[in-house]
Amino acid sequence: MTKKLKKMLIRIIVTAVLLVALHFVPVSGIARFLLYLIPYGIIGYDILRKAWRGILNRQVFDENFLMAVATIGALAIGLLKTGDYEESVAVMLFYQVGELFQSYAVGKSRRNISELMDIRPDYANIDTNGQLTRVDPDEVAVGTVIVVNPGEKVPLDGIVESGESSLNTSALTGESLPRDVKPGDGIVSGCINMSGVLRIRTTRVFGESTVSKVLDLVENASSRKSRSENFISRFARWYTPAVVFGALALAVLPPLVRLLLSFPPEWSEWVYRALTFLVISCPCALVISIPLSFFAGIGGAGKAGILIKGSNWLEALSKTGTVVFDKTGTLTMGVFDVVDIHHSELERETMIEYAALAESASSHPIAVSIRKAWGKPLDMSRVGKVEEISGNGVVVEIDGQEVAAGNSRLMRSLGIEPIECHSTGTIVHMAIGGHYTGHIVISDVVKPDAAKAIAALKQSGVHQTVMLTGDGKAVAAEVAERLGIDQFWSELLPEDKVEKVEEMLTRKPAGEIVAFVGDGINDAPVLTRADLGIAMGALGSDAAIEAADVVLMDDDPMKISKAIRIARKCMRIVYENIVLAIGVKAVCLVLGALGLANMWLAVFADVGVMILAVLNAIRALFVSRL
Amino acid sequence: MKKTYRIEVDCANCANKMEEAAGKIPGIADVTVNFMTQKMIVDFADGADADTVMKQVVKACKKVEDDCEIYL
Repeated sequence: MTKKLKKMLIRIIVTAVLLVALHFVPVSGIARFLLYLIPYGIIGYDILRKAWRGILNRQVFDENFLMAVATIGALAIGLLKTGDYEESVAVMLFYQVGELFQSYAVGKSRRNISELMDIRPDYANIDTNGQLTRVDPDEVAVGTVIVVNPGEKVPLDGIVESGESSLNTSALTGESLPRDVKPGDGIVSGCINMSGVLRIRTTRVFGESTVSKVLDLVENASSRKSRSENFISRFARWYTPAVVFGALALAVLPPLVRLLLSFPPEWSEWVYRALTFLVISCPCALVISIPLSFFAGIGGAGKAGILIKGSNWLEALSKTGTVVFDKTGTLTMGVFDVVDIHHSELERETMIEYAALAESASSHPIAVSIRKAWGKPLDMSRVGKVEEISGNGVVVEIDGQEVAAGNSRLMRSLGIEPIECHSTGTIVHMAIGGHYTGHIVISDVVKPDAAKAIAALKQSGVHQTVMLTGDGKAVAAEVAERLGIDQFWSELLPEDKVEKVEEMLTRKPAGEIVAFVGDGINDAPVLTRADLGIAMGALGSDAAIEAADVVLMDDDPMKISKAIRIARKCMRIVYENIVLAIGVKAVCLVLGALGLANMWLAVFADVGVMILAVLNAIRALFVSRL
Repeated sequence: MKKTYRIEVDCANCANKMEEAAGKIPGIADVTVNFMTQKMIVDFADGADADTVMKQVVKACKKVEDDCEIYL
């Protein structure tokens, strides 16, 4: 609690005690009035001062002014008629309690949310002649070797020079499984080194490191205002003046009408009702709870490794009806793998070994995937003459035997009839010594959670899922079928993808959002064109962070539905708060006008609604069970 | 040209009023006051001098909300 808040708390306590004490003091008349001015002054002096300054600056719809008018009016009625001053002081007291609570809650949640994203490193260790010196990460040049001890944050992006360790990336990705690194691996700032000492050669200055980019994004996230926030700002702009004029009318019109009808005018009664109106006129509960809800929602999402670039995007996310996926890198791993071997007369191992030896000289992704499947060192002395037949495959001499590995064209050109494969993917046929030995199926591997992620999307209210891919139709159809995707388009060039998304944008029902999910590598134009661009696996990919509106820090497709559920929860809270705040104010205004509500009720309603709305807003922060 | 300034303001509605007041200053293309992060993000119009414009902004904001601070 800051000094300012503490001072306020003391003022509130003193006033409350005085108010209770004065209740039992048996004085009356002007002495009583003067006695009550003491607590009134203690609790309200700053409001009165601000109101006065407001008048000088011609800001009459300022809530300080309204509170000042309402309470002074109530004191005047007390002095002239009822002798009740408690009400005026109490109204001021509760108003201040509300303000205090608001500052405290907002400050607290702001700190909570910043703590969630507590990834800013304080220092970097530089090794100078065996001595570690701590320097500001800002001062470390690219290419410097820094030392990160266990328990420390990695301050800058870089490559591990030496040392092995596990990294805790949860602050960045929300993923609790540690990630292992060894020399040669890239490493991003913001992770926490858990076990071993790492020496890292930096590849970026601090300002461009992942941690700076993420922090920048989070800090500026709530600046993009959503439609609901703009609605509230506009609402507040006319609400207060409207209520003030309503109050004026209430104070003047009914008594005049009564006079005309030759009833007693009852001025003080109607003025009192008007003052009650003024107490209700402060829109602060409403205005505070909406941005706070969004802020908490964005903070909660950040904790789960989902960065949302603004409240407007959070709102958009909640209305997502169609999710369009780029296949490679989002639904699939984006790396090729040996998935199967068919019609082989040899052992699986032997087949892969021959294939790996045959492809040992190539750097083609297919060759790389075969060598990876073999995974052991190759005895290159077994390989003799290598003949590459471009676009078809290779013919290699292994252990003195001719081994052919390639497509069916290669087989036929060697006079061997291959067995056609019905699986999707790239097929590598093998022949050893002129004899067909079967084929290896290589394809991009679908992420383990992809099917579950699509089902989860359906559950969270997305009614259409679409997949776009540059791959062949057979592969696309198989993946779409397996994952339960509604619609797919294959053999697309990057510009075709933009076209397809535009087509969907024109066909979508009004008020619905078409989201595009990509890995940000070559789909930046589509990410920008869609209503909402979601980039996956963005840790370390700047292009994705730049182009997307929502950034998933790791590449788990389950995060998409989680993001949508977080957004839905947050928007539900926003609407609850809007309805609650406007509803209670409206009811109080009606009751006040009818003379059924006094100032006590008005101020309780005001403060009570605000407390409820703020507490409700903070619920948006809790997202772990969504 | 976009610049971010740290501000101090106590209530959300006051932040709205500051945003409105600052938006009317010539030389400002767009301005957002972020109550939650206590920041003012100003997008200056082409050719505007940030310092002179910001002086006006401070004046205008002080007028609508006496209690606010803008750290230039």
